[in-house]
Order: sequence, then C-alpha cells, then structure tokens
Amino acid sequence: MLLSTSQLKVILEREIPDAVVQVRDLTGTSDHFAVDVTSPIFDGKSIIDQHKIVHAACGEHLGGAIHALQIKTRTP
Amino acid sequence: MFTKETIQDIVTSKPVVLFAKGTRFQPMCGFSARAIEILDRTGVEFEVVNIFEDESIRPSLVAYSNWPTTPQLFINGELIGGSDIMLEMFEKGDLQKKLA
Repeated sequence: MLLSTSQLKVILEREIPDAVVQVRDLTGTSDHFAVDVTSPIFDGKSIIDQHKIVHAACGEHLGGAIHALQIKTRTP
Repeated sequence: MFTKETIQDIVTSKPVVLFAKGTRFQPMCGFSARAIEILDRTGVEFEVVNIFEDESIRPSLVAYSNWPTTPQLFINGELIGGSDIMLEMFEKGDLQKKLA
C-alpha cells in the first residue's frame, strides 16, 4: 500500500504532539521520503532520541511503505 | 555469537565505537565510509566493528540500540546515531565537544 506525502504528513502530525510537518518525496516513487518535523517534544532531547520519536510515529510503515526516511527535527 | 550483552560490553569497553559495513580501511557502504571519514577528521581514536564479520552482530546491535540502520556511532556507551546525525553534529562542532 503506497503512502502519499500528505498521508505521511497526517500520520506524523497525529502521532507527534503539536507537530508541524513537511514531507518531500525524494525519488518520486513514494518510498523515499524527507520529513521536516517541528514539535516542542524534541526540546532537550538528543538528535537520535528525536529521530526515534519520528521513527515510532511512522509505526509499521517504516521498512514497509517507507524504504528510506531522511529526518530533520526542530523545536518551535 | 553476539548478543545484546556482547554489544553492551563492546560499547562500554571503548570510548568511541563505530559499527559499520566493512572495515576502517575498506568500508563497503557510502554511509559507513562517510562516518569513518568524519571520525578521521576529528583525529579521535576509534574502533570500527565490521558487522559483516559475524551475522549475529547486526540483529544484536539493532535490538540493543533500538535503531534499524548502520553505521552506528557510540561515544562512552551512548548511541549518537548514523552518518547523517554525525555530519550534522560535526558541522555544528557538537561532535567534537562530545569527543573531547
């Protein structure tokens, strides 16, 4: 089941509190995405822990519909 | 045979450990090569564990760190991340601070 950029945006904004998310399809094949996620939940966390939050929010899609995920996290 | 405990022993026995695809001088993946290059540029002493040396390394590592991809850098037992996070931290000077 392919994921669109808008579907992934909805998933991430639903799973990550107060998140503002931008999603780009890197290759046009709907499985290599770049996501830019802003949320207060990242404050004070190491980058790897921030990325783990994004991974967890992707749930079973990661490794399934999502083959590659480039992550940029920010705090507001 | 590697287990989560073996991985814990390795990352806590040496200050800087990089799990990579291939060896220090023969990395077999672009991301692993980039991670090694970044560490070389910091001049720090580091150990490279080639995950291809034993097929039980990767599943134990992924289970231990709860992170699916390689390379994986550990500093003083703490998971830092892969080459993208290493590059981001290196450019901000944060990696050098952690290694100091």
